[in-house]
Amino acid sequence: MNYPLHLAILVLLWGYIYTSWSLMGRLGLVSFGHGAFMGIGAYTVVMLWNHFGLSPWLGAIAAFVFSAVVAIVIGWPCFRFRIVGHYFALVTLALSEVTRLIFIAARDHTGGSLGATPNGALVDGTSASLWALQFSSKLPWLLIVTALWLFGLWVWRQVDRSMGRLALQAISEEEEAAASIGIHVTRAKLRITIISALMTCAGGILYAQYQLYVNPDTVSGIAISLQMVFGVIAGGMFVMLGPTVGAAFTLLLAEGLRLAFGNRYPALDATIYGVMLVLFIIYMPKGILGAALEGWKAARRRKAAPA
Amino acid sequence: MLAVNKVAAGYGGIPALFDATLEVRAGEAVGVIGPNGAGKTTLLRVISKLIEPTSGTLSFEGASLAGVPAHAIVGRGIAHVPENRRLFPRLTSEENLRMGAYIARGTFAQRLEQVYALFPRLKERRAQVAGTLSGGEQQMCAIARALMSGPKLLLLDEPSAGLAPVVVQSIFELVRKICAEGYTVLIVEQNIRQVLKVVNRAYLLDAGRIVRSGSAQELRAAPEIQKAYLGL
Amino acid sequence: MSEIFDIYLLEAVLNGLLLGGLLALLSLGLNLVFGVIDVVWICYAELIMCGMYAVYYLYVQYHWPLVLAMLAAIALVALLGWILHQFVIRPVLNAEPINQLLVTGGVLFFLQAAATLVFGIEFKNLGVTLPSVRLGEMSFSAARLVAFGAALGGVVGLWLFLSRSYLGTAIRAISQDRAIMPLMGVDPGRIFALTSALGGGLAGLASCLLVLQYDIHPSIGLSFGPITFLICVLGGLGNMLGGFIAAFIFAQFIAVGGFFFAVEWGYVIAFIFFIAMMFWRPRGILGK
Repeated sequence: MNYPLHLAILVLLWGYIYTSWSLMGRLGLVSFGHGAFMGIGAYTVVMLWNHFGLSPWLGAIAAFVFSAVVAIVIGWPCFRFRIVGHYFALVTLALSEVTRLIFIAARDHTGGSLGATPNGALVDGTSASLWALQFSSKLPWLLIVTALWLFGLWVWRQVDRSMGRLALQAISEEEEAAASIGIHVTRAKLRITIISALMTCAGGILYAQYQLYVNPDTVSGIAISLQMVFGVIAGGMFVMLGPTVGAAFTLLLAEGLRLAFGNRYPALDATIYGVMLVLFIIYMPKGILGAALEGWKAARRRKAAPA
Repeated sequence: MLAVNKVAAGYGGIPALFDATLEVRAGEAVGVIGPNGAGKTTLLRVISKLIEPTSGTLSFEGASLAGVPAHAIVGRGIAHVPENRRLFPRLTSEENLRMGAYIARGTFAQRLEQVYALFPRLKERRAQVAGTLSGGEQQMCAIARALMSGPKLLLLDEPSAGLAPVVVQSIFELVRKICAEGYTVLIVEQNIRQVLKVVNRAYLLDAGRIVRSGSAQELRAAPEIQKAYLGL
Repeated sequence: MSEIFDIYLLEAVLNGLLLGGLLALLSLGLNLVFGVIDVVWICYAELIMCGMYAVYYLYVQYHWPLVLAMLAAIALVALLGWILHQFVIRPVLNAEPINQLLVTGGVLFFLQAAATLVFGIEFKNLGVTLPSVRLGEMSFSAARLVAFGAALGGVVGLWLFLSRSYLGTAIRAISQDRAIMPLMGVDPGRIFALTSALGGGLAGLASCLLVLQYDIHPSIGLSFGPITFLICVLGGLGNMLGGFIAAFIFAQFIAVGGFFFAVEWGYVIAFIFFIAMMFWRPRGILGK
């Protein structure tokens, strides 16, 4: 029972993180730096807990403040000076590398590249500590990440509503036009960036608490940032459930191949995944769900108007 | 030499040229005149295959140009001086000429001499970065670049656009000289008064259709052209 | 300040200079490809990894002479560059620019995973140790000196090719106005493919020099890929002189920063410097 639960938790958690990334990505703000926000969330909370005994709930507040500051420091000048496309991607890439390297460099406190484990709070047979955000069973985690995932979808919808689809597309496609429509482009982009960063940070916190382990390479850096970008691309960036489909797809692909071949071919899933990504971007740039929805719509249109 | 037969073309499904039929014979200077947006540039872009015609046929020296890719057109003997000159701004003037002779590298030195004889000013400016040349010099350089390939037919797109009136005079003087050298020229212009002094024949293009054709004198004398385009 | 301190600092600065040469070479191929085709190869460092494995297997497994193995590796990576362009970049050449960046990211995943699958995750070492060169109290690794020399050679060679040869002029021209190249009788597709092979060849050259200094493993690309991109961006993407200068600036941050603190802090400072520079000069130090 634990294994399917574990899979479900990971799909929902990553689905949530990918959804957070897509809030920006679908506006053409392709960030390679979201590993930074995930890392900040994971490390801030674990470090405050381990060194000061501060509850993750309080640690989360610190992590949010920190993430928001970083998002503004990077985002504001980027949007102000119109750093877009390749340049935006590469500036944010630098950000995610900076956080990863800081976690490694501060090895006296963080355990360096070996990572760190939050001090255990479950002593004397207690199975759950809400204060320490540690649970020995998977069920509470499933509830938490489901709630979080639903929250992510709700934010997606709210963003759509409050800014208006047209305005969003105007930002992503034609900055000059958007400015003339009367949207303050810099502010609108910055707001989305902060929302996306904070949500990713929350994902990082829960990921660290669920795994009870943080490592610079698994919560920050270019690898994890790329993982987010590509998970979203696989699923579909422009539809609400696309990022979740991407998370489910990548995870099930990896697990399926692992069940089929055991551990004989350690990177077979990633190899296949890499080839599929290239094919996706070339032939199916809207992702699995995006393409499926389009196909379905086309089929329905054909049915509605039999020629 | 060049036969354009019922050619239509457009951009992204929006047609810009309908049923254009025209002909250029060897040794002629032919003009295509008409107002802004009439489809003149589109016509030249179709001839050099920068865009594919949606219908109609093109042939050059009796051979069809169907299926010939854009980069093989120069090799057939058609050189195109594009709209707005389009020099490589950060290459020197001479490097621009080198690019013009890309398909005729073997004869580069010899052609360079011929071209410099025609445009002594460019020889003075040979080491100057093209982006810093004056407008007139840039136009000379663009024409010279096209001549470097040793073309049989020269397509000129609005050589006078954006130039000061005095410079326009000297550019048309040059065009006349080039025609006198024996090049066949198809020139597209808005400056109708000037171009009709240079060409033998001309076509009037309006809203994507050829509405009139005739010798330069005929067109100059035609009342509707006088009224609409020459301001008489 | 004691004399010892100063001489070690000088050593760090000089080592930074040598590292700068290597980084400059790393950025060269990427910059060339970007300048001409307008595409960032996110998988550039993974191409270098392929070259490193090629040198390793040819030299250690098949006992080829080292120089021959290196030449073969350069040819192989040049071929990879060509394949990358023809089969991956070309289909998305007219798609949204960000898709071009992303598609090469997919290749990054693929190459990294395929290397793990085929070569395993063990660290591999060429087993060639070049002696260190002593200069008074200071010592420098000969491998770095060789790399520095080769980097300068690569830069000068590329510069001569681009400024003197017909093809080089065409490569510079196409980066300035892609659309009218057909009017010159140039098939842009051919120039792109050639440039990609050339960029791959430069990556291959870099891999020959890296393999002398570093162990090979499937994720080695991640350790110097990011810095290569940042050097190119700092110099102004596509601007090779800018990239060259940026490589030396970065190398000094890393070497001197690493001298005063830990190596990672050197990188951190360099990356933060990069971010700050982007806000000051968004198009790179030599950009317009």
